[in-house]
Amino acid sequence: MPSFASSAGIQNNTEGNTTNPSRESCFGLLKQSIAVHNDLEATTKQSGQQPLASVGVTASASKVESLGQQPHLLFLSSQFENWGDSTMADASPRTDTSTDLDIDEKNQMLEQGQLAVTGASDSSDRSKDKRLDQKTLRRLAQNREAARKSRLRKKAYVQQLESSRLKLTQLEQELQRARQQGIFISGSADQSHAVGGNGALAFDVEYARWLEEHNRQVNELRAAVNAHASENDLRSIVDGVLSHYEEIFRLKGIAAKADVFHILSGMWKTPAERCFLWLGGFRSSELLKLLANQLEPLTEQQLMGICNLQQSSQQAEDALSQGMEALQQSLAETLAGSLGPSGSSGNVANYMGQMAMAMGKLGTLENFLRQADNLRQQTLQQMHRILTTRQSARALLAIHDYLSRLRALSSLWLARPRE
Amino acid sequence: MDRVLRLSSQKAVVIFSVSSCCMCHTVKRLFMELGVDAAVHELDQDPKGRDMERALAKMLDRTPTVPAVFIGGNLVGSTDKVMSLHLGGKLVPLLRDAGALWL
Repeated sequence: MPSFASSAGIQNNTEGNTTNPSRESCFGLLKQSIAVHNDLEATTKQSGQQPLASVGVTASASKVESLGQQPHLLFLSSQFENWGDSTMADASPRTDTSTDLDIDEKNQMLEQGQLAVTGASDSSDRSKDKRLDQKTLRRLAQNREAARKSRLRKKAYVQQLESSRLKLTQLEQELQRARQQGIFISGSADQSHAVGGNGALAFDVEYARWLEEHNRQVNELRAAVNAHASENDLRSIVDGVLSHYEEIFRLKGIAAKADVFHILSGMWKTPAERCFLWLGGFRSSELLKLLANQLEPLTEQQLMGICNLQQSSQQAEDALSQGMEALQQSLAETLAGSLGPSGSSGNVANYMGQMAMAMGKLGTLENFLRQADNLRQQTLQQMHRILTTRQSARALLAIHDYLSRLRALSSLWLARPRE
Repeated sequence: MDRVLRLSSQKAVVIFSVSSCCMCHTVKRLFMELGVDAAVHELDQDPKGRDMERALAKMLDRTPTVPAVFIGGNLVGSTDKVMSLHLGGKLVPLLRDAGALWL
């Protein structure tokens, strides 16, 4: 049975395998060839020792002879040995589905296999029994030890599960408490999108989810580009990525109504991204600059289009930056205007008035953020309009890679060794 | 309303603004960057400012009403409209047609 041998041959690779098919098939075949297995299990399981009934031996021997499979059985018993030594000792708790009962099973089969071999080759020579006993006893002891270890590992694993479960219930309670305190947190984890995600925490969660999906889409896009997918396939994926971008702008808008400072200050981004943030997000002109190099070859018209787009967004960005500067100056003047010797009633009224004015000015922050996001959105759409589908795909990949490098840089920086 | 319409056609580019509005400042800066000499009317400094603001609100159908941009006597819109036009490469041709730019 060539298939039998080959499947037995690959059994040693049991890392991370809960069910090793070769092991199973080996077991199956052995069960077939040594048909008294069940009987023996019933009688010898309890004792833990393996006194061997002569009945079993003869039955096995006869089976072996009928099959004419002596070499294979030898091979099989050595496989058992390997299993006993390496697999059982090294298997992680996760992979250890066998119980001590299984070990006993194996021990019995081992003995049966051994006996069948010795029985078939030299059934009349009693002097071999001594050597058999020593070898077998050693092997049995090893198996018992392995079984004990696996029991301990299982216990540890179950304890780990229990503590995790406890932690989970604790977290759920905290979440419930937080909800009651008025922080809106989007419902269950398996909601496809959070509705009305107000509050900083809720947005952070939504953003993390958005980023995960974005990465998945980009991987799909990358695969399609590398596989030279058709125009239609590529276009649908590109459209998907672009509309997903629109989704984050929409979410930012909603979150900004609840907490504009959280969005504007980029607390939801990695530190490196946050440092180089422009009005709560990426700077369109910067991305276009990097694209101009990545996207060659471009037609004359396309190159001009991209350059004009870059210039326009630069001008728009400058205008918005100037507007923000004006806002900050205006705010400073307003707050400074309320400074003065405290105590007099006139000053208190003045203070209140100035604060009210300052509050009004802060209200325009949301508008600035919206304009900035609008700019980013327009940039992506215009870029898509100017470029071919394939170029748009490569552009989106380049943008993604650039931004994820920035994120990775942030992590690397935070984890760098310090004296 | 009449005043608004009259003022809006007095120059190629007319911006209705409020002096304390920072978004208006943004739009003014943009046109300045493009080399456009726009006529700016600060509603808070105009005696008929409130009426004008009401008229603009009707035309724009949004808040805030400022900044409100007219090019060639026609209402273009507010900040986002101007930005979109510019990114789409359509603002400059519009300005040229209205005679606000000669390049």
